[in-house]
This record gives sequence, structure tokens and C-alpha cells, in this order.
Amino acid sequence: MSEPLLEKFSYDNKIVKYFGAATIIWGVVGMLVGILAATQLFLPEANLGNQYTTFGRIRPLHTNAVIFAFVGNAIFAGVYYSMPRLLKARMWSDTLSWVNFWGWQLIILSAVITLPLGLTTSKEYAELEWPIDIAIAVVWVAFGANMIGTLIKRRERHMYVAIWFYLASFVTVAVLHIFNSLELPVSLFKSYSAYAGVQDALVQWWYGHNAVAFFLTTPYLGLMYYYLPKAANRPIYSYKLSIIHFWALIFIYIWAGPHHLLYTALPNWAQVLGVAFSIMLIAPSWGGMVNGLLTLRGAWDKVRVDPVLKFMVVAVTAYGMATFEGPLLSLKSVNAIAHYTDWIVAHVHIGGLGWNGFLTFGMLYWLWPRMWNTKLYSIKLANAHFWLGTLGILFYALPMYVAALTQSLMWKEFNEMGRLAYPNFLETTLEIVPMYMFRAFGGVLYLSGTLIMIYNLVKTTKMGTFIAEEPDEAPALTKPVAKKGEYWHHVWERKPIFFTVLATVAILIGGAIEIIPTILVKSNVPTISSVEPYTPLELQGRDIYIKNGCVGCHSQMIRPFRSETERYGEYSKAGEFVYDRPFLWGSKRTGPDLHRVGGKYPDSWHYHHMLDPRTMSPGSTMPAYDWMITEMMDHEDLPAKIRTLQKLGVPYPEGYAEGPAMEDLNQQANTITAGLKEANIEVMPHSEIVALIAYLQRLGTDIKKLDAPTESASEAK
Amino acid sequence: MQKEILSSIENVEVYPIISLLVFVLFFVGMGWWVLRTDKQYIEHMKSLPMDEGHQNEESHEKK
Repeated sequence: MSEPLLEKFSYDNKIVKYFGAATIIWGVVGMLVGILAATQLFLPEANLGNQYTTFGRIRPLHTNAVIFAFVGNAIFAGVYYSMPRLLKARMWSDTLSWVNFWGWQLIILSAVITLPLGLTTSKEYAELEWPIDIAIAVVWVAFGANMIGTLIKRRERHMYVAIWFYLASFVTVAVLHIFNSLELPVSLFKSYSAYAGVQDALVQWWYGHNAVAFFLTTPYLGLMYYYLPKAANRPIYSYKLSIIHFWALIFIYIWAGPHHLLYTALPNWAQVLGVAFSIMLIAPSWGGMVNGLLTLRGAWDKVRVDPVLKFMVVAVTAYGMATFEGPLLSLKSVNAIAHYTDWIVAHVHIGGLGWNGFLTFGMLYWLWPRMWNTKLYSIKLANAHFWLGTLGILFYALPMYVAALTQSLMWKEFNEMGRLAYPNFLETTLEIVPMYMFRAFGGVLYLSGTLIMIYNLVKTTKMGTFIAEEPDEAPALTKPVAKKGEYWHHVWERKPIFFTVLATVAILIGGAIEIIPTILVKSNVPTISSVEPYTPLELQGRDIYIKNGCVGCHSQMIRPFRSETERYGEYSKAGEFVYDRPFLWGSKRTGPDLHRVGGKYPDSWHYHHMLDPRTMSPGSTMPAYDWMITEMMDHEDLPAKIRTLQKLGVPYPEGYAEGPAMEDLNQQANTITAGLKEANIEVMPHSEIVALIAYLQRLGTDIKKLDAPTESASEAK
Repeated sequence: MQKEILSSIENVEVYPIISLLVFVLFFVGMGWWVLRTDKQYIEHMKSLPMDEGHQNEESHEKK
């Protein structure tokens, strides 16, 4: 029998090295910013005394740095190493690889600059403004094109399961990013969401949840299916399970987003759907976990000595814990306690620190010695990293669970007189301050471990010689001949384009079923006739609120619980948000809900509260926003903002932007300024604080107007 | 136009039920295929990351 002719080619390790280094550098940046943010929660002065490093602005910087910079670069490093080897082909285009690399780093750099400047859409994990959104789409497509090109020129007939996960992640992230980022630009760095209120919330959490699903989970499952067997030196436990697990996961995940909006103004049918599919998610998620852990059957002795496997075992276990906890949190009764508390923060950090972080570390420890053709510099140091990281996770998560339960139960407690036991929200925050200190300590431990890893990896590179081009050889792929008995999946797997289309259809079914009816069926959002668009000054104030990331600590969504209506007032209705672009319901309450704050305090209270929160609320952990008093707004962008909102359907009168808007703004600003003067406060009418006060005083007041009948649009028809 | 058509749809709740059916049927088919699939093919796929040397479809398809 003659041997087939072998083709010679090489793998590009240089791009893997660059992505790996970027992973490490941005990882440290993301963790440092995280520690700074965590510290500010018990020591507000740690904002370094300026607006650019205050919690509201650096919290999105932390999440973006960790998700897109740390995890994103790790995905690329992992894919650019494993995919060519699984397909026996170099990546399709070196140029696209480098466009991917430098494009992604530039995007991250632009996030590092724009987020502290307050240039944000405020939509969680999608805060970047529209020009950067476009850049993300372009670079992401370059990545996808490179993958598909590699698949087309591959030398291995069938696509291993890791590649299915890579492909599904690529198409889904593209779809999610594009739909969630639909917005109308006002200027180069300002836009308004194409969706308003409830619809914006649904689209955002359809995206937000699936960013977790298709950026933090499915690519990592792909990495797990490659690197875990490699590290354990044995094949995956069950390939059949991986096939079922893959399709079930990508099909079901896309439906689960509405569990972020339980007890909100989202239509009930969408909430129920979110809960049902979230519960079902346990099955495929645990399918993946079980498949990973059972791969190590008979190899547990290796886990004892190999730090790579140690990291991976904890990663897969953390994945299992987080994916059990997720469905649990989506049960309405559990969600009623956990939502808006640190439970959610603990939950995402089990995933982030445990699953993503530890799998990344395991992968890097495995890759580095191979790419430098040497051994790891120190197993001892890697073990020290492992234990510091593990302790870091525990010190982070456990206090957060205690904090969450303590605070949530305090929010809900009534005394024997039937009144709230803790009517002052601040009491509940101060109770958990020690837990916040433990959390920051956990972060420091985790970062210390990472720094040890950097030292270890640098030393490893010094010991070896980098293999930039790794040679290999394989026979060219012959034209497939259909064989008897081959059908369905067997055939699909050697048709990458068709397979990609199939995966896209699977994710689009869930997405479309939820999104289209909510956006288009008017009866989902009952209108309230007394709800009116924001005045020009309120609009400017709202943008100041957005710029400073107030949504990171304050929700604007009062749930229909007695404990909440007692504390805040009437619960929030869908029809109250029809002019909210973007929605600002929030996802964590470090301070109280603000939806009914309008009219609750005099203007002077807000002035003093922003100047120094502790004068109005002794012990408050909110930072001072004193710059709002001296910082002026030129309001030059107001006409463009009004025109943009008109295009989106906000019923400002025709020609309003060209003159009357500015007159109205000046009049309202002068009224507020005059009122403050009576309270012995001198402030310029065009200062940021005046606009912010206008917005805060408007919040939740529309339904208090007389004759405010509620009617649904469908009934009106 | 399209917006008006969709605006007039009633009983939107039926759509999740339809897609649940699509979902169940798809997975019954998938389960059936996976259970019946060729053992050699599964072995080949399982071993893909482990193979350090050259290989391609020959290993399991050549009989």
C-alpha cells in the first residue's frame, strides 16, 4: 500500500505568543482596576479624588478589561494554537491574524481611554460608544473569516468538537453585538439606543446573558475540549455526550436572558420563558462539566502533581458550580432575594475567577513550555499560584454571599408595627462593609498569584528557545466521497459553512422568538398618557447621570414587593420608560433605588448630597461628586440630541430643537438656580449639578400627575 | 408594513410553544443519530487532539 503524499507546512506560534502576552498584561490591568473599585466600596476616598477614577466610571472599565481584554485575548491565543493543529493547516491568513491582534488591542486601548472619560452607552458589558462598536464588529469578522478560511483549506476531514464551539461563539457574538449595539449617533462619542425602556432592557439582557454564554462559556468549552485532554494525555470522556451537549447548550442558552429581568416591568410571558429555559440549561452545562471531569478518570494521580491539571479541575468545577447556581438564581423565589445584591457579584466571579481565570492559567502554563521548547521554570511557584488563586476566590465569594443574604433580609424585614425594620437604606449597606474589605483582600490574593505566574513564565522563556514556526506535515485533503450509511451530522461536520449556518439558525430561533414580539407587539408595553418626554435640561441631566455611571450603584426599577413599595413608593410600570434611551434599571443596588426620588427631597438636599454625601447621609459610602458644581455644560449638543430623539420617535414638537429647546432649558435652569439661591446656595445655571438635579427631581413623577389613566395601546386601538 | 402585520398578531404566547416543539424534535433526532453513529468515527474524533503525528480522514474512513 502506497503512503499518501505528505504536504509540509508550519504553525504560527508568534501570534499565540502575542495573544498570550496580551492576556497576561490586560489581566493584570483588569484585576488592578477591580481591586481599586472593590476598595472604593468601603473607602470612597480611594477614587483618588477625581472623576476619572471614580467607581461609576472604572467599574465598566474593570468588566470590559476582564471580559474582552483578559478573556478575549485568551480565547484568541487558545484558538490560534489549537485550531491549526486540529485541522492540520496553518491559519488561513497571517495578515488577518495580525489585524485581529492589533485591532483588538486598539479597541481595548480605546475602552481604557473613553470609559474613564465618561463616554459610555451605559449598557452593561456593551458600554463602548458607536465608533468602537463598529471597530469591534470589523475585527470580530476578521477573526471569523480567518477561522472559516482555515476550515476551507484544512487537511483533516472532520471538525473536532472544540471547533464547533469556536464557530458557534463567532456567529452568536456577531449577531448579539450587532443587534444590541443598534443606536443612532448624535456625535462622534454620543448615541441613543434604537430601543427604549422595556425593549431596550430585553435586548440588553438578551445580549448581556449571551455575552456570558458565548464569550465566557462556549469558547472556553472549546478550549477545555482541546487543552484538558492534552494536559491529561487522554481523550475526552465521551464524544457522544459532547455532540449532544454542544447543540443543547447553544440552542437553550440564547433563551435565558430574561431571567435578569424577573419582577420587572418585562411582560410576564418573557419572564416565564427565561426561567424555564434557565432551568433546562443545567442539563447541557453539567454535560460539559461531567465530560471534562470524567476525562480525568484514572488520571487523578496526575492532578496531584501537575499544576496545569489542578487549575483545570478547579476551572471545570467552578463552571459546574456557577451553572448550577445560575438556574437556581433564575427561580423567581430565589431571584426575589438575590437580585440587586452581591449574590450576583459572587456568582459572576465564581465564573470569572474560577472558570475563565483558572482555565486560562492552566492553558498558559501548558502552552509556554511547549512554545519555548523547555520545561516550566518552577512547579512550586505554579502550585503557590494555584493556592493563592483558590484562596482568593474563596475570600472573594464567601463574604459576598454573607453580604447578599444579610442585606437582602434587612431590606425585607418588617417590625411588629408593620413598618420597615431598616427604613434607612444606608443602615443595610454599612452592615456589610466588613464583607467588602474581605472581598478586596480576596482580589489582592488572586492578583498576587497572577504576578507569581508572570515571573514563572518569564523565567520559563529565558530557559528555552522560542519556536516561532512549528513544522508539521500531513496529506492533502481528498475530495470527499459520500459513503453508504453516512448521513446528517456526519456529513455536516465536513461542511464548515453549512455547519456554521446551522449553528446560526439554532441560536436565531431562540433570539427571534423572544425579541421580535416584544419589540413589535405594542400590547407588550402599555402606555401611560401622563408620561411625557424629558425636558431639555432633564435630558442633559440624564446624560450626566449616564456619564458618571450612577446606574452601577442605583437601580431605577421598583419591584412589586411590599418591602420595596414601602421603602420607595409605587412599583415601576413598563409604560413609564417609553422615553428612556437607554433604559437605566441597573443590576446592583449599592445605594437605594431612585425611580421615585423625584420630589422626595428639596433641590438643596441634592446639591449638598453631591458636594459631600456624608453631610446628608452620615457614614455614606458614596463618593463626593463636587466637580459637578464647578463643571459647566455648553449645551451645544442639545439640538442634535433632540433631533436624534425625534428620529427615534420621541414626540418633541417640530422645530423644537432649533430654538425653543434651549429657551426651555435656560428657563428651567434659572428656576432651579433661583430656588437654590433662596437656600443660600450660589450655583451657575449651566453647571452639571443643575441639570442633574432637574433629572433626579423628574424621576418617577409622571404617574403622580392628576388624571393619569393607564391604558394599553391595543385597547386604544 | 411588516411591523403592522406583526403588531396585529394575537396570542404571541404560541410562539414559544412552537419553538419548544422544534427544540424537542431536533434533540430527539440528534439523540437518535448520536446513539446509532459509527463507533470508529467516534474513536477517530476523540483522538484528534491527541494525535501528534500526521493524519487525516484515512484513519477511520479507510476500511
